[in-house]
Amino acid sequence: MIASTKPSALEMEAIAARHPHLLQSSTKTRRRIFQVGLGLAVYMVFCWWFFSIGHVLANANWGIAGTYLADWVSYEVRPEIEIAPDGAMSVSYQRNSPLGKSPNPEWVALEKQTVTRTVETPAAAAPSPKPKASSSFNFMAPNAALGGGQGATTEQKTAATRTEEVVTRAVVSFDRSTRIEAADRLVKATHAGETLMMKVDGAETVTPEGPLPHWATQKRPGEKITLSFGATGWAEVEGDGVSIRNRFFGWANFLFDTNSPFFGKSYGEVASLIWSGDRLDPTRSNLALAWDNILFNAEWQHLDVWTKLLQTVVMAFVGTLFASFVAFPLCFLAARNITPNRITNQIVKRFLDFQRSVDMFIWALFFTRAFGPGPLAGISAIFFTDTGTLGKLYSEALENIDDKQREGVKSVGAAPIAVQRFGVLPQVLPVFASQALYFWESNTRSATIIGAVGAGGIGLKLWEAMRTNSDWENVAYMVLLILMVVFVFDSISNMCRSRLMGRKAH
Amino acid sequence: MATSVLSRHLSESGALIESHWRELNSRRRFYTWLGLALLALALFASLRFANDTNAGKFIDRLPHLFDFAGDLMPRDAMEVIRAMFDLPSPYDDGSFKYNYPDGRLYLTDSLYVPEYVHKILETVNIAIFSTVIGAFFGFILCFLAARNLMPNPWIRGAVRRLMEILRAFPEVVIAGFFLAILSLGPIPAIAAVSIHTIGALGKLFFEVVENADMKPEEGLRAVGASWIERVWFGIVPQVLPNFTSYFLLRLEINVRASTIIGAVGGGGIGELLRLSIGQNHQAKTLAIVILLFATICAVDQFSAWLRRRLVGDQAFQLAQ
Repeated sequence: MIASTKPSALEMEAIAARHPHLLQSSTKTRRRIFQVGLGLAVYMVFCWWFFSIGHVLANANWGIAGTYLADWVSYEVRPEIEIAPDGAMSVSYQRNSPLGKSPNPEWVALEKQTVTRTVETPAAAAPSPKPKASSSFNFMAPNAALGGGQGATTEQKTAATRTEEVVTRAVVSFDRSTRIEAADRLVKATHAGETLMMKVDGAETVTPEGPLPHWATQKRPGEKITLSFGATGWAEVEGDGVSIRNRFFGWANFLFDTNSPFFGKSYGEVASLIWSGDRLDPTRSNLALAWDNILFNAEWQHLDVWTKLLQTVVMAFVGTLFASFVAFPLCFLAARNITPNRITNQIVKRFLDFQRSVDMFIWALFFTRAFGPGPLAGISAIFFTDTGTLGKLYSEALENIDDKQREGVKSVGAAPIAVQRFGVLPQVLPVFASQALYFWESNTRSATIIGAVGAGGIGLKLWEAMRTNSDWENVAYMVLLILMVVFVFDSISNMCRSRLMGRKAH
Repeated sequence: MATSVLSRHLSESGALIESHWRELNSRRRFYTWLGLALLALALFASLRFANDTNAGKFIDRLPHLFDFAGDLMPRDAMEVIRAMFDLPSPYDDGSFKYNYPDGRLYLTDSLYVPEYVHKILETVNIAIFSTVIGAFFGFILCFLAARNLMPNPWIRGAVRRLMEILRAFPEVVIAGFFLAILSLGPIPAIAAVSIHTIGALGKLFFEVVENADMKPEEGLRAVGASWIERVWFGIVPQVLPNFTSYFLLRLEINVRASTIIGAVGGGGIGELLRLSIGQNHQAKTLAIVILLFATICAVDQFSAWLRRRLVGDQAFQLAQ
């Protein structure tokens, strides 16, 4: 049957000749498409110039973007190997190292020796290296002779002879194919099957032996050599030391920070401590202590983050609820078919328009001044804006109702209030509730933004975490929580709405 | 009472039905009241919590509720005009409060654009540009997310999840991230607003596509058109008016969004407004609020007019 209706080529041409306007769009349409396309292209070029996009993108620091993104899901441990002119070394870690106060990770292997050596302390440079050494000294036994002796040498500003334990050989293993070895003023880096030997003099200059592999860069001879090992980290070799950045996947110390007595213990150990261990703190049980340590984790600030998130949710909930309470009576005044008085309609409608058009953000700024930073400002801002929006939507819903129900109730002699209650309300209530739910859901998102200008909630916390440029893992944590909350509310509100609307399906 | 009068004349089975109906009714009423009570409880607890965690307490600060009116009272009414058009002020004492002419952007030696007009144009331009970008990518993605055009549930699901994430991802974070990489300026705001717009418009678009009439598409399929041809000639002409309507709706929202993002460091008028409120510059604040209000109203009216012309009154029922 299909084959019989298929026209031959000749027939098709004849049809085409008979109806040319169907096959070729009119010049007007074609010109309009062309005009719209050209307009858009010109506008794009204009914006490129107006925002100087090319210039900004070219000057952007894309290298740092990768580091920031990696910070979302990983953390760095930064051992610093200091190399003295005589080849003695010491290893220190960054302050607030995720490994705790006295880190001794497996991937750093050290050989130590007790030697007697002469330490020269130049007069001018004395104040700067001293605090560095004392604050970062972690590898010595507690009774090692350092503190007093070194203090004395700096005061005298002369060479002193001491006996101390120094590192003679340090091996840092990044992963199976990447490691850095330092011994005898010689740094050996191995990565991806290639090996680079570098001679350091303990003061200023670094000299590579042989050509640099592609993963090593040196700007000028003698200056520092940067070794980049990709996702596993990077290192800088300078004349007087090696700075190592070893990157690990995951969030460090998510439950217990380095000050907690539970720090560094496996889940099993923590569980057995909580279950049957002796009390770490005599005043309370281990469970209470662990929970307290989690809530007040200095790095992740769980309790603060959760409180702020709850504030955001509360802002959206209370703001939307109040807005719908106030919009409810107003919409009856604004609807033409309910209140026949034109002047009242217009006044209420313009009032609602005003509330809507003064942006939520402006209200937020004003109420932050009135109530101080916090959720009250956010609630008021959402309430003021959404009274306008919901009032407008509600009055539109009222104007679209079916008049027959109302007439029916009116015809049996019901009082005006009863007419509204039984003739109007059953029609619009599901719509009202559904709109309110929709706004609750969307306000949960907008509450995050107005929080950033001070109106309470997680927005400000997010913004502060981002401004430091070093807490991207906290940003990731908060974003994850926000996404979870938004998705949960999305589904709750969708479920409620489909039940409300579904039951009253037309 | 009416029912009780009637029930006397009911048969046995009729009375049974009536008693069941009453039972149902009272249970329903019970659930309604239970729901309302829970809502009231949640509201009360929320208010307590909000008040406790706020910097100032509600009752103490209530007299200051209309303090912002004081923030909007300039020394004389003309000051607002001067602040708006960068005219020199007679109160000029060298402070930032009255330095209106400093913000002028000179086009020629004597012709200038006032600072706030310039910044509002920048904000509106951010909104338009990001809506165009968002609509472009949303347009491409929506056909991959529509059930009637993309039978493969994996691709459809993946595209939908992608849109959800783009939509729910806090704009502040995108803006903050780009602010850390790029220099200060409008581009972080553009990135934040457009990424959000891709997700939001993509969702609205694919719902329109799913409601489209499939007959033209079937006709094209019958003559052996490829997927792209079917979409382009069968679906796009149907959905384009609705797409345009949603584009304009989104533009209204984005003008507001770009103002807010501007306040947290994306440039534009938002930043100036935040600064001027923070530093208590009444005339400047009022000038910006008036300009912003006028701009938002103008954009809303223009978009409503255009939508009505394009799709008629139904554009307003789809609004949410």
